[in-house]
Amino acid sequence: MISHLLSAADLDRDFATLVLDTADGMAAAISNREVRKLPTLRGRTVVNLFYEDSTRTRVSFEAAAKRLSADVVTFSAKGSSVNKGESLKDTALTLQAMGADGVVIRHGASGAAQRLTGWLEGSVINAGDGTHEHPTQALLDAYTIRSRFGRLEGLKVAIVGDILHSRVARSNVALLSTFGARITLVAPPTLLPVGVSAWPVDVSYDFDTALADCDVVMMLRVQAERMNDSFFPSVREYSRRYGLDAVRLARLHDDAIVMHPGPMIRGMEIAAEVADSARSVIVDQVTNGVLVRMAVLYLLLSGERGTTA
Amino acid sequence: MSGWLIKGASLLGAEPVDVLIRDGHIAEIGDRLDGGSASVVDADGLVMLPGLVDVHTHLREPGREDAETVASGSAAAALGGFTAVCAMANTDPVADTAGVVEQVWSLGRDAGYVDVQPIGAVTVGLAGEQLAELGAMATSAAKVRMFSDDGHCVSDSRLMRRALEYVKAFDGVIAQHAEDPKLTVGAQMHEGVVSAKLGLAGWPAVAEEAIIARDALLAGHVGSRLHVCHVSTAGSVEILRWAKRNNWRVTAEVCPHHLLLTDELAATYDPVYKVNPPLRTAADVEALRRGLAEGVIDVVATDHAPHALEDKECEWGAARPGMMGLQTALSIVVETMVRSGALDWDGVAERMSRKPARIAGLSDHGLDPAPGVVANVTLIDPEARWTVDGAKLAGPSRNTPYAGMTLPGMVRATFLRGEPTVLDGMLTEGLKR
Repeated sequence: MISHLLSAADLDRDFATLVLDTADGMAAAISNREVRKLPTLRGRTVVNLFYEDSTRTRVSFEAAAKRLSADVVTFSAKGSSVNKGESLKDTALTLQAMGADGVVIRHGASGAAQRLTGWLEGSVINAGDGTHEHPTQALLDAYTIRSRFGRLEGLKVAIVGDILHSRVARSNVALLSTFGARITLVAPPTLLPVGVSAWPVDVSYDFDTALADCDVVMMLRVQAERMNDSFFPSVREYSRRYGLDAVRLARLHDDAIVMHPGPMIRGMEIAAEVADSARSVIVDQVTNGVLVRMAVLYLLLSGERGTTA
Repeated sequence: MSGWLIKGASLLGAEPVDVLIRDGHIAEIGDRLDGGSASVVDADGLVMLPGLVDVHTHLREPGREDAETVASGSAAAALGGFTAVCAMANTDPVADTAGVVEQVWSLGRDAGYVDVQPIGAVTVGLAGEQLAELGAMATSAAKVRMFSDDGHCVSDSRLMRRALEYVKAFDGVIAQHAEDPKLTVGAQMHEGVVSAKLGLAGWPAVAEEAIIARDALLAGHVGSRLHVCHVSTAGSVEILRWAKRNNWRVTAEVCPHHLLLTDELAATYDPVYKVNPPLRTAADVEALRRGLAEGVIDVVATDHAPHALEDKECEWGAARPGMMGLQTALSIVVETMVRSGALDWDGVAERMSRKPARIAGLSDHGLDPAPGVVANVTLIDPEARWTVDGAKLAGPSRNTPYAGMTLPGMVRATFLRGEPTVLDGMLTEGLKR
């Protein structure tokens, strides 16, 4: 059993499968109850330590922890002493002193979650560190795909957009390849890392070619700060070459699905009618996010630390 | 003066001899010398080298005395076998005036462990816009010959050309931190397979190589002396080879950490491995070792960069780049170059003493022990091994990437102008002058 969730690359197939199966169990357990809450983590404290604004991820973790009856403390950079220059280490020592059993961290610096593990004893869950990883996003994406197709092995997944700066892409490449999916990254060459050759993926610069026989199309957001940094000539050209519009959507086979980790920029990487189409599982991703995060919190925080189970 | 009789030292690895030091100079070298009242140092099994010279040290004073002072850095240098270090200009205030370089020079004299030779900034405030008063620094008491904006690249081609030309008037040299700043915006580590996985912004090899190529061409064009700081890539070695084939006056240094460590270490996200230029790949390490053995890379320089604890106990991206290196440099060279046979002791002396002294214009240093020569020497036990412990290194900083590693080669004694600064591996009270 692992004590932290820092990177999807750390997960073997057995443990990742256990997370998805546990999420299934959570769904079943909750749907049978009048009060949608399980007593599993009663008395445990989960701290949401958010250095970046991310309402959706924070709320998802908060809901997950609360449904497991954990006490949730939200520590957001804006309302804390972080702005006055407190170091990550001092914040970690503070959380340690307050007895945090689990710390969910979102931070702008790659590796911040891993650094945290050196300074406190509780479990650290990486909710996105810089341009490194966002492992629970990959788990919820895998869960969503598995729910649709009943499997992950052998599925063809295209991940489209700003791969270079995307923690979602890194986590999905690691996890989906562990599950045996066949991944194609689609992006302009400027938005692919130089070291991508070592990844277990195919790379395509041409969205239309890559679309053929895709089972899953996962669109990524292009951050506003990339738009004026010569990664591509203009938003319009990007959208034309790498956006998912209705014409491209129509070329997908009947069972193919469209995913997006959100927040979307409608009209940029994804057309509004695509986001709202029947193939889109974007809303399912949000629902599944809570289940998968419940599973992660449960597996990391219940029992094995040997206190009150 | 009674002097020192060093008995049975292997001079640059040759047969053991006795060396008599009197009045700050080597008085005599031979078998079974009679030292009279001289204190005896038993050097059985020890190798004697000319005192090591570091052309690239950050002593942090003035400005960051919480990380290092001229005194603490001098002590570290003596313990590492050095008798002279060149102090980089990126202090606060910047060493871009005669006043600051003279202050650093005189702090070095007061400390009394090594000769501290200040390096002057090339541009005012290291801003890369306007030449600092290079002539004033050259004619100051500090007699500056080496100029560098280290930490920053003199990236403006025209300004670099002017600087190279201008210092010819006093046989100066520009030591370039080769890094095209436009290619390294936000860069955190070597750009490659590991950076792609870790999601850390890449510092591409080409950002170094392009500047070295340009500067070599400029130095050739105007006939000036260029020294390239901390060469870190295989491609840079090839460019230097080409520059030397053209007989341009280009020299280059490599840092011990680039001879041993690779970018894989960044996977820990521990900023003790963050350095600029960054740790590169195993193939680069191999090429650097070969380049140093062949003399394409002229010297080893430490880029000793102590940092306060809080500047390393943080996120990788927030940490300052740099590693301590004065006390470990010789051991790393023994580990990576001597044990493999790539360098003998004479080769070590050339790359860590004689050539660096010539580049920096230090006429009392880098001289093989011989009668009449200033007695700047160091005694090394090549067989002894030691385990690096950051807390036991001199100075207030701890940022050594070698903590816990057991390395070969221990400095037993260092003599500066005939007086021991280190004896039995321990710091003495230094030279009072």
